[in-house]
Amino acid sequence: MVKVKVEFLGGLDQTFNGIKNLKLEIDGEEPKLIELINKLSNEYISNEKDFEMFIQEGTIRPGILVLINDTDWELEDKEDYILDDGDLISFTSTLHGG
Amino acid sequence: MENNTRKKEVKVGQLCQLCHCRKAVMKRPKNLQKLCKECFYHVFETEIHLTIIKEKLFYKGETIAIGASGGKDSTVLASIMKTLNERYNYGLNLVLLSVDEGIVGYRDDSLATVKRNQQQYQMPLEIVSYKDLYNWTMDEIVSCTGVKSSCTYCGVLRRQALDRGAIKLDIHHVVTGHNADDMAETVLMNLLRGDAARIESSVNVTTNSIGSPVKRSKPFKYTYQKEIVLYAHYKKLDYFSTECTYAPEAFRGTARVLLKNLESVRPSCIIDIIHSGGHFKLKPKRIRTNTPKKNIPQNTNNNNKNKHNNNNNTDKEIEIRPDGSVSIVKDGNRCERCGYLSMNKICKACILLQGLEANRPKMIIGESLTSSSDGAAKLSKTLEGLSF
Repeated sequence: MVKVKVEFLGGLDQTFNGIKNLKLEIDGEEPKLIELINKLSNEYISNEKDFEMFIQEGTIRPGILVLINDTDWELEDKEDYILDDGDLISFTSTLHGG
Repeated sequence: MENNTRKKEVKVGQLCQLCHCRKAVMKRPKNLQKLCKECFYHVFETEIHLTIIKEKLFYKGETIAIGASGGKDSTVLASIMKTLNERYNYGLNLVLLSVDEGIVGYRDDSLATVKRNQQQYQMPLEIVSYKDLYNWTMDEIVSCTGVKSSCTYCGVLRRQALDRGAIKLDIHHVVTGHNADDMAETVLMNLLRGDAARIESSVNVTTNSIGSPVKRSKPFKYTYQKEIVLYAHYKKLDYFSTECTYAPEAFRGTARVLLKNLESVRPSCIIDIIHSGGHFKLKPKRIRTNTPKKNIPQNTNNNNKNKHNNNNNTDKEIEIRPDGSVSIVKDGNRCERCGYLSMNKICKACILLQGLEANRPKMIIGESLTSSSDGAAKLSKTLEGLSF
């Protein structure tokens, strides 16, 4: 089991009932980031319409920036990143107007 | 301890590709370069500085109004302008200029952010409101016209409001936080709706209509949205990020999704679209005026030629638009009602406001057809329901 922190930024908290910060426990020995993403989309989005604001074709929708401990997830194997205790995963929407 | 060891190992491939000594934290969408925080700041800031220098955006001693909404783009713009102004000695006077559209629960909160920015960056702040300028708030307009046309009204009114705010402060240059994504989006939209004439001008770094007292520049023309968000995030800048209460224009939203999907496949496409847009030249107009010239030696055509020319002259001066307004194709005209620079006799904002005041709010909007048919359907339904 791994304990991680999750952040929703850039207005993405609106998709998650206004939740900005979360602490979560993910089961398994070496859980991958995709398991966290699935858990978030299945358990924390109450409005079905909001689902596609976060997920598209089974992964994070383009336009949402994912940072693993402040590092772009593109440098960390994206969905296949193996979560570690104390990791901070932040999801930032870049889709809102500036 | 054991847990930490896995973290501490940094492979050579994970190092910054510029300094080769710190761990890379981001990948530039433009060229897929992996950079550490420090190198990213340096590259990001320098690139904007080079745009400013190359395009000769400012002159020393110029006073610049920064269009500030409190959102990520304008907050980063204010921060960057302050940084670069001090670092490279631009000698600029920077002022924050905000427009209060009057949208409760959106603009009032974002203006609070701008007010904090004013403190953080130590710049004067001027707020101009729709209520003061037009005697309408966006909330009032929407309650009158419906959510669907909100962006049409807001867009037209905001453009004028920024200009008027700048003139009020005697400033003749406004910089806005429009970034590369926004520009590519606009090119796509113009392309998709056949607005070919606007494609070339939509990627200009500076827009300045002849006779217009206010110039507009976009120092972020080549700056990716992703990098702006990352910069704001790493620098912990204070910005406001909530979508406007009124749904964004449906077509722009679709273009944005399309662009984001394209970007995920080919990140350079944003800069490529801007490049294409900039090289998109329309065939020069008025080829007709050239044809009679070729016929000059033929005397028989002289009369015709004169007629042609006369027609062309009148064509050039007055054109009656479908909405009844008369267009005089000459820059530097003023609206008869408000005196604002306008191509037409009456400017767009005044036409919209006139419509609002006459309680015929839907006259100019594209939905007018559907709404009238809706009305007709509603009427016939009510008639069907009537019994004698």
